[in-house]
Amino acid sequence: MVDIVDHVTGLIDAPARRRRTGVLALARFWFGERLLWQAVLYLGTLALFGYLGSNLFANMRRLGLSPGFAFLDHAANFGIGETLIRYAAGDSYLRAIVVGLLNTVEVSITGCLLATVIGVAVGIARLSANPLISRVAQGYVEILRNTPLLLQLFAWSQLLHLLPNPRQALQPLPGVRLSNRGLFLPSLDAGGHGATIAVAGLLLAGLAAVVLRRQRRAAGRTGPGARVLAVVVPVGLPLLAALIAGVPMAIDVPALKGFNIVGGLTLTPEFAALALGLAVNASASIAETVRGGILSVARGQWEAGESLGLHRLTTLRLIILPQALRIIVPVMTSSYLSLAKNSSLAVAIGFPELVSILNTTANVTGQALETIFIMMVVYLSLSLLVSVLMNAYNRRSAIWAEARR
Amino acid sequence: MIAHRRLSRPIPLFKAAFGSPGHAAVSLALAGLVAVAVPPLLNWLLFDATWVGTADDCHGRSGACWAFVGAKLQFVLLGLYPQGDAWRAYAVDGLLLALAAASTVPRLWSRGLLAAWIGGLLASIWLLGGGLGLPQITSDKWGGLPVTLLLSFGSFLLSFPLAIALALARRSRMGGLRIYAVAFIEVVRGVPFIAVLYAATLLFPLMLPSGAAIDKFARAAAALSIFVAAYFAEIIRAGLQGVPHGQYEAASALGLTYWQALRLIVLPQALRAVIPSIVNLAIGIFQDTTLVAIIGMFDLLNAARTAASADQAWLGFYAESYVFAALVYFVFCFSASRYSLWLERHLRPA
Repeated sequence: MVDIVDHVTGLIDAPARRRRTGVLALARFWFGERLLWQAVLYLGTLALFGYLGSNLFANMRRLGLSPGFAFLDHAANFGIGETLIRYAAGDSYLRAIVVGLLNTVEVSITGCLLATVIGVAVGIARLSANPLISRVAQGYVEILRNTPLLLQLFAWSQLLHLLPNPRQALQPLPGVRLSNRGLFLPSLDAGGHGATIAVAGLLLAGLAAVVLRRQRRAAGRTGPGARVLAVVVPVGLPLLAALIAGVPMAIDVPALKGFNIVGGLTLTPEFAALALGLAVNASASIAETVRGGILSVARGQWEAGESLGLHRLTTLRLIILPQALRIIVPVMTSSYLSLAKNSSLAVAIGFPELVSILNTTANVTGQALETIFIMMVVYLSLSLLVSVLMNAYNRRSAIWAEARR
Repeated sequence: MIAHRRLSRPIPLFKAAFGSPGHAAVSLALAGLVAVAVPPLLNWLLFDATWVGTADDCHGRSGACWAFVGAKLQFVLLGLYPQGDAWRAYAVDGLLLALAAASTVPRLWSRGLLAAWIGGLLASIWLLGGGLGLPQITSDKWGGLPVTLLLSFGSFLLSFPLAIALALARRSRMGGLRIYAVAFIEVVRGVPFIAVLYAATLLFPLMLPSGAAIDKFARAAAALSIFVAAYFAEIIRAGLQGVPHGQYEAASALGLTYWQALRLIVLPQALRAVIPSIVNLAIGIFQDTTLVAIIGMFDLLNAARTAASADQAWLGFYAESYVFAALVYFVFCFSASRYSLWLERHLRPA
């Protein structure tokens, strides 16, 4: 009844209706129905949090702790086994936490890259017409999905400890040494200018990506020459510049010296176990995603490719995958995010990432509230950042696939 | 390379594997890999393994030491639980597994089953913890399989009502309620389980008035329930979204109130549609319980790990204890995931 009256007055006298937008109507617009009930809810929550908070602060004072983030400036008296930036015991807690965050990011990115490569390969193998391949891929997926990740990480860590000592290290490829002290890979030694060269390379790669995109927009396609250049320029140009500038450059091959291996790129057993364990675990779910995505593309698309005389793999690359990507990418995003969150299990195998450093900090300083707050804020922002990036990519790949069709 | 699954007629295995030069090459390579990897693995697992004996017998042979698993089986299954009261822990295992087995039969799904679960969980806590005639055993001594089962099933059941409330709140027309639900769900889903676990173990006790305390087991169960509820709520929300709007209208045309319509019309359809996802969630919970090892509780995995490091007589048989634990988890999770596939087919006609 009221609705009809409102409707009619609205038709006849619009200004009169507009006059009715008071505080209450505005509140209704923002908060919806049952304002009184909601107000009780808010006050109740406020009271509950106030009570818990006052207990928390009272208890912290009783234990001799002062709530707040002042402790971040204090000296952290613990060492960290693995750091990407310079850190020594005695530096501030803030710096220690940043070291942990960088380690989290490092292991997550390594894990995601590795997981994508393995996962896509296994996902495609799972669809192979060859029953041997598809069965082996299926077994791989089932074993990984039906055992807990923590157990897998323990097993990887144990496996890497079973490797021989550095003197008898395994050498699957020349220059690569696998031992229980870590995995050693050859690296490029640019006499301290490595970071500069890498940054220049990344900048050039970004530039190349923009140029390729322009070209594709303009001409509808990119030439193979442009694609080769886009890889050669970012890698080659900085190296060439460094050579001309006279930076001493050599390939640093790990070699046995005394009882240990020195030189090259060293992956500690903890990092290797964590990165491998996370990647292999995530590869199983990525494989299922890829398989589902490919199966979701209509069969007619395969037949169309075949009737054009394209090879199966060419059809897969040019016709099926671009369409499957639209389904795969959103699910893949959540796989990446759960990999990043799962990297927190490192606390159980002794890799110093964010959670394990925050845990140590909480144990030493007693500031549990603040460390957990930092933990949550960091992971939430990480989740948000990744989903924003992946959404952008998703939008692009959807349009791109649409334009290509 | 890719099979047209729905197109192809079944072709003989040999032809499928060796029909073309490409397939033959890949098959041979795979067979070579299997030939290199499998015999040493089988030797370790079976032929060179020590089935009975002492640690010294094991060190004398190159294979696995299953004698270790035999000797430490009770520790792996019970943790630090007093040996004299072992029957109580085994009774809990039996009770919870029987309830789980009964729940796999769709015909038995009823209010009675729900009541049986609540009763079973309370009985399990009583059996493990004691009181009412049984000697008391504090929860820091609980361990092994009963802890894993009680945590999984208990937090699943606890998170269920919370998840329904969250899912409904997220779809509510009351703005404030919706904001609460969205904030809770997104925050919990955005952080790792360990963060929730730490918050529960370190912060809950500080939030109580001084003097009050909550048991560590209860804190872990609360953390797991809160964590699971956020994921559970999203599954239920998906189910709610799948119920056609006409169903709501039909319910209100019959004069049912909001709660009646929800209980009798909407929720049964919504939940039925997402049962396979719920089973997958349950598998996830079962695997996530292993994380309580990080706060020092002795679930099955931590007990297996400790078995290989705590006893001087049996030191360092990690591989054996991990293989055993993996087998237990695999049996549970694999059968649950097969069951979920069966259920999906079974429920489809409805």
